[in-house]
Amino acid sequence: MESIRELLKAIPGYNSLPPLLQDFLPMLASCVIILLFVAILGMFLIWLERKVSAHMQDRLGPMYVGGWHGWAQSIADGIKLLLKEDIVPAAADPLLFKLAPVVVFVGAFAAFVVLPFGARSIVADLNIGVLFLLAVASLSVVGILMGGWASNNKYALYGGMRSAAQIVSYEIPAAMALMTVVVLVGSLSMQDIVNAQKGGIQNWFLFRIPFTFMAFFVYYTCSLAEVNRTPFDIPEAESELVAGYHTEYSGMRFAFFMLAEYANMFVVACVATALFLGGWTQVLPARWVPKQLIPGPILFTLKALFLVFLQMWLRWSLPRLRVDQLMHMCWKVMLPISLFLVLGTGFLAVYWK
Amino acid sequence: MKPVEIAALLTQQFGEKIIESKPDALNPWSAVAPGSILEAARFTKNDERLLMDHLELLGGVDYKDRIEVVYIVYSMRHRHRYTLKCRLTREEPKLHTVESVWAVANWHEREAYDMFGIVFEGHSDLRRILCPDDWEGYPLRKDYKYPTRYRDMPV
Amino acid sequence: MEAEIAGELMTLNMGPQHPSTHGVLRLELKTDGEVVHEAIPHIGYLHRCFEKHAENVDYPGVIPFTDRMDYVASMNNNLGYALAVEKLMGIQVNNRVRCIRIMMAELNRIASHLLAAGTYGIDMGSYTPFLHCFRDRERILDLFEETCGARLLYNYNWVGGVMYDIPPGFEKKVIDFLDYFEPLVDDLNRLLSHNYIFIKRTANVGILSPETAISHGITGPNLRGSGVEWDVRKDEPYLDYDEFDFDVAVGEGKHGPVGSCYDRYMVRIKEVKESCKIARQAVAKITPGDVHESIPKRGKPPAGEVYMRTECPSGELGYYIISDGSLKPYRVKVKSPCFTAMSAFKEISRGAMISDIVAIVGSLDIVLGEIDR
Repeated sequence: MESIRELLKAIPGYNSLPPLLQDFLPMLASCVIILLFVAILGMFLIWLERKVSAHMQDRLGPMYVGGWHGWAQSIADGIKLLLKEDIVPAAADPLLFKLAPVVVFVGAFAAFVVLPFGARSIVADLNIGVLFLLAVASLSVVGILMGGWASNNKYALYGGMRSAAQIVSYEIPAAMALMTVVVLVGSLSMQDIVNAQKGGIQNWFLFRIPFTFMAFFVYYTCSLAEVNRTPFDIPEAESELVAGYHTEYSGMRFAFFMLAEYANMFVVACVATALFLGGWTQVLPARWVPKQLIPGPILFTLKALFLVFLQMWLRWSLPRLRVDQLMHMCWKVMLPISLFLVLGTGFLAVYWK
Repeated sequence: MKPVEIAALLTQQFGEKIIESKPDALNPWSAVAPGSILEAARFTKNDERLLMDHLELLGGVDYKDRIEVVYIVYSMRHRHRYTLKCRLTREEPKLHTVESVWAVANWHEREAYDMFGIVFEGHSDLRRILCPDDWEGYPLRKDYKYPTRYRDMPV
Repeated sequence: MEAEIAGELMTLNMGPQHPSTHGVLRLELKTDGEVVHEAIPHIGYLHRCFEKHAENVDYPGVIPFTDRMDYVASMNNNLGYALAVEKLMGIQVNNRVRCIRIMMAELNRIASHLLAAGTYGIDMGSYTPFLHCFRDRERILDLFEETCGARLLYNYNWVGGVMYDIPPGFEKKVIDFLDYFEPLVDDLNRLLSHNYIFIKRTANVGILSPETAISHGITGPNLRGSGVEWDVRKDEPYLDYDEFDFDVAVGEGKHGPVGSCYDRYMVRIKEVKESCKIARQAVAKITPGDVHESIPKRGKPPAGEVYMRTECPSGELGYYIISDGSLKPYRVKVKSPCFTAMSAFKEISRGAMISDIVAIVGSLDIVLGEIDR
């Protein structure tokens, strides 16, 4: 946002605006940019998911819309969803029903505020960046519960409850795994964490100490549960609950849920990239390549997209865990491991360095 | 055991309750008096020489003058098969259930009730299984009239 | 969907239309949270009264009706009926017909089991094996289409013969397909059967003890999954099965108690390999001949009754035919294996969770057309 402020200051007459407006316009501009980015990203990821799943299943996926490998398929789908009739079930709670997709989307969207795309491309480098992320990610749980309850549909209720239990449970090991990195860096600010990994792949937290190596996998697995992806996609289990908490949604509201899910996927991939894979810093060691060749934002997005691709790969290979097995894995497996990792990192940070 | 031997064993055990036997037909059978079907079923299942533990088929047949219930039983140990039949009147087809002997008879008897109207006494859950619960008539009887309407919908 | 709260139990309907009940099956679940206290199946949504139709058409005319019972294993249904009528009429068919019948029945068994395995994967959340299975199943359906023109409902096994002779070069195509397909079963195993999550979902679920199975008249892969080695093709062989060399796949209980959903599923996968073996031997045994030579001019069997059972992919299909000496059957009663499997569902699903209900229904491999007829 700082760079936007600089840009805006260059416009003649900007400094004569009232100070409130001077502060507000950069925020508005950032919001619009992020919103555009999320929209295009969502469309791209949906197309990517269809292509990836198709090729893994020995078929082709979208091929016609737009010519080359159906790249415009998502745009066509978006237009179709916009044109659909807006159905609110008669016995549903109208306010909660209409509010639920918005809340879920806000939960995913607000996390983009602290994602460090580049050295100067971050909306707000809060000094509590990681804490803010974890807090905001929980907002989507409220939205899911609202959607499940307000639909007045037993299946949706089941889906909403399962999802809430799952997300809330898995946040704990995920946060613990992130704490290992925070303990090493000594700061919650995202830019500080990324800057601590400057200098190439050997400085990435993934490879520095065994504890953060394991923490990466713990975080990645827990983040799959956060975004309701297979093997943790019980809330959307098609074969059991039709479509879970978004059974009764159609048209643009359904599109919001979908967009929120893909935005969430990207957010958790970005967090993993920023904390473990070096963020926007260069991949090749600084000894060989002193200056970063690929610009920060592009490198960051590429790394995050690779992790998203990995999420898709896992979705199309693995079956689904049952609810009690999922809970067992969280509380009896992931949580002890993550606690052990935090303790280990703490010891190392105090007595080693 | 050969069908002739099975027929002889049954007649020896039950005497007059075995009304008729045809052990040399393509599908050997014996007709059992309706009142003693449960006894006969238990005997065929538990007797050492018969050990018919597998009820293969339980079905109704509508002959013009009577309704019959056919039990085809098989022994997985001895590898022999036999058929028991019960002849019932068309006006009041009633029979005791053999659910306690072979558990699968539960659903088969529900189907026989649904299709022929045979009432199985002692059945735990005798209601229609294939037709809707409020269907009228017994479809597989030979004098079944096809309904023209069901719940005010033309059929 | 009704919402009745009887005490603490909630009645949930996995209704007739549901993505995972493999057809129009209604399961009434009385649940307490996630645990199901009672699961009552309601059938009859696909009831077309095949038995009444069979009394109104002549003997060859019943065969298209038999197709539509277990519609994924149509060849086996036809075969059972044709064999029953041939037994009644005392017809013997020549070697060519017998080998063609066995080859088609085994290919159809492979197709049916592939469908069962693929849809079971989808029920468990693994979408990819389904498409891989269907890719291979398409090749079998192409073979069938070459022979008789139909992909799903063949009307192929007639009383006294088969509808069309196999086209020239067909044997080679079958062998090519089997060579292509047999290594892919190992791929499927690596992707789905040996997957840790899949095993955890199915290996301790839906235990069916052998006594319950026999008492409920369950046969086929469901019975073999409980450890009972019983196969009609070995124990009461029809056609020429006693001259073929194959093993009977039995559930071993490797990852959990014997008789779990996993065992039933693995029995089907192993049976696919055995069917490939049998199909190869059948192709090798085909001799030249006329497939239509034993078809009777007017199908008028003598008065009497017959019971014939064959091994279908879902179990033993039994036909009880009563003839009164006329052109039309007097009574055709079908004992359908899926019907008996479903009758045991209440027993098997005691104390399961909702996700387990889906696993159990999938492992029984029910085809509603056969349950409801």
